[in-house]
Amino acid sequence: MFNVILFTLTLAALIYSFIKDRQKTRQALKIAYNSFRNILPSMLGIIGLIGLMLALVPKETIEGLFGNNSPAGILIISAVGSVTLIPAFIAFPLAASLLQAGASIMAVSIFITTLLMVGVLTAPMEIQYFGKKFTILRNVFSLAAALGIAVIMGVALQ
Amino acid sequence: MKEHLKKYSLFMLIVVIDLILRWRVPTAGSTAVSSSIDYLVEMLLFIPPVFVLVGLLDVWVPRKIVEKHVGPDSGAKGVVISILVATAAAGPLYAGFPVADALLKKGCRLANAVIFLGTWATIKIPMLMMEIKFMGPSFALTRLILTVPAVIIIGYLVEKIVGSGKRLKQGKMKRC
Repeated sequence: MFNVILFTLTLAALIYSFIKDRQKTRQALKIAYNSFRNILPSMLGIIGLIGLMLALVPKETIEGLFGNNSPAGILIISAVGSVTLIPAFIAFPLAASLLQAGASIMAVSIFITTLLMVGVLTAPMEIQYFGKKFTILRNVFSLAAALGIAVIMGVALQ
Repeated sequence: MKEHLKKYSLFMLIVVIDLILRWRVPTAGSTAVSSSIDYLVEMLLFIPPVFVLVGLLDVWVPRKIVEKHVGPDSGAKGVVISILVATAAAGPLYAGFPVADALLKKGCRLANAVIFLGTWATIKIPMLMMEIKFMGPSFALTRLILTVPAVIIIGYLVEKIVGSGKRLKQGKMKRC
């Protein structure tokens, strides 16, 4: 159902765009193709990892680490989310598989939010643009916000 | 070609592990392969239209619109426009750095630039669809509703501490 709506919406937008401006539409498709090609190798890799995780890591292990909102589990998952550079398109299926494997809503939420908002690996780049103080503050506050959001979500969506 | 193969090294490694698993531990091996294939099918059904949307948004919502509308006198309208454009743009957090930098150079308020970056990173229309699809609507929408105020508060906090009148590394701060 969701896919049907998405395909219809995309097709309508594409046709409208094509009528308005062929050149731009061609460029948009080129961007789409290039993004797809760029993401394909890591997508296949992560999907393979998801499969291995679901098959090899016992549910109890993931439940034990990320299922009971223990401080250690939350610390590990927020560190992973802050440091790794996983494209969002792949992060959501990964998060869904963690949830499926027994992680808590809170743990998965903090993983997604830190992944999106906190960038340790990209911090040098951010410092170059905006300075050290700005970068440290923005990232620290974002980490705190990710924790807060996760706690509220954990309570609200239980 | 070598570069190309290197990109697929993780995938190839996993295929090898899957094959060995299937041979040595058939049950785990087939669970791994079948859950991977399930996810792959789901992604392939879903990702092409999402990327087409990303491409369309990228060509039709040029970054120039932000730059044009967030000059020193734009006020609240500027924030709203920059948030809207950020939700439509493609790319991860770091792709937003140059755009936020351009905003600051145009004289945009520091808080707005931080808000722009936060929005750019977290609230994207195609990504939201992805999140709804994989995490369910209640998870995605709750996270969205909580993230928007958080991003705005972070913007004002960073501005308050860094100081809106101070020079950043580049560009001069002005209120806008």
